[in-house]
Amino acid sequence: MGLEAALPVDGFMTTQLNRVINWSRRSAVWPMPFATACCGIELMATASSRYDLARFGAEVMRFSPRQADLMIVAGRVAVKMLPVLQRIYAQMTEPKWVISMGACASTGGVFDTYATVQGVDQFIPVDVYVPGCPPRPEQLMEGIMAIQKLIDDDNIPYDGEGKRIPLQLALEPNYRPKPQPVDVSVGAT
Amino acid sequence: MSEQRPAVQLDHPTLPLVKEAFSTVPLQATQFRNQTTLIVPSQHLHDIMRFLCADPRCDYDFLSDVTAVDYLGYPAKTQGRFAVVYLLASYKHNRRLTVKTFLDPTIDTTGIDVDPALEVESVTDIWPGCEWREREVYDMFGIRFTNHPDLRRILMWRDYPAHPLRKDYPLRGRGERESYRVIDREES
Repeated sequence: MGLEAALPVDGFMTTQLNRVINWSRRSAVWPMPFATACCGIELMATASSRYDLARFGAEVMRFSPRQADLMIVAGRVAVKMLPVLQRIYAQMTEPKWVISMGACASTGGVFDTYATVQGVDQFIPVDVYVPGCPPRPEQLMEGIMAIQKLIDDDNIPYDGEGKRIPLQLALEPNYRPKPQPVDVSVGAT
Repeated sequence: MSEQRPAVQLDHPTLPLVKEAFSTVPLQATQFRNQTTLIVPSQHLHDIMRFLCADPRCDYDFLSDVTAVDYLGYPAKTQGRFAVVYLLASYKHNRRLTVKTFLDPTIDTTGIDVDPALEVESVTDIWPGCEWREREVYDMFGIRFTNHPDLRRILMWRDYPAHPLRKDYPLRGRGERESYRVIDREES
């Protein structure tokens, strides 16, 4: 945290247990990559050296749901794949979060067909939606940072049973689209 | 529309052999851009396919694909609504031949009810590799292959209530993609 440089060697500090737990949780979000399509390629790019998801402590991709905190649904999900997705989600241990990465996972995207799930949030709880087709690695990182912020601020609503309620946040694009050139039509006055 | 269509030149060397061997069977053939299609009645399909594979002058040892076409709403008149298409290749003679057979449904095509008119004899005993191709045709078009060793759906899930590549099936389905159990926080 950088505190060790500012504090004397034999110093100590006090905090709330809650904050320490949240700090450790958000510093080691271990994702479960549910990558079914091209968003998965972008997810790999995010995890590898150029974008380096390790800076956020989230580089340890766990292919076992028992060891993961965060499921990243990257890509379109066919209805035949849905039982697998739900089982993996159910196998993850609490606390757990879900990012729906990209247009297809969030809404079905261009795959508006009989075989594709039109948004995984119909069938599992989703915390953060990352827009894009596919999202840039920066955008996915912002999604992960949104999850970290949720954890860090202790901004986790619980229901009466002590289970967490999904937040269903949607990320806003962090850029403004430039005005696009307009087609010149031949013969127009 | 007044111009004459050029006469189709049927110069595929296999066609006379099939015609000679099956002189009583009504056969048709057409050629387009040097690709020859042989149209056979569905009840004789298996015999003709066996002949095409086994006869040394034909020797079509490779069935590269089995697929089907739904001609619902097709502008030209066809002999039936569905066509099952077999793409044959002979490595020995370096030849290709398309074999097609037409089927016409007798019952409503919106469901998955068994229609005895939509049945073809399987050619898995001749080319074992076509097992999954025929399963796909069955899955997508509901054309059943008799004597097939394992005729199950291959792409859609088991309880799917339609055959989705039929033209009278809507692209977005009939709500199958919405009806699935929902996992929420309570049960996970």
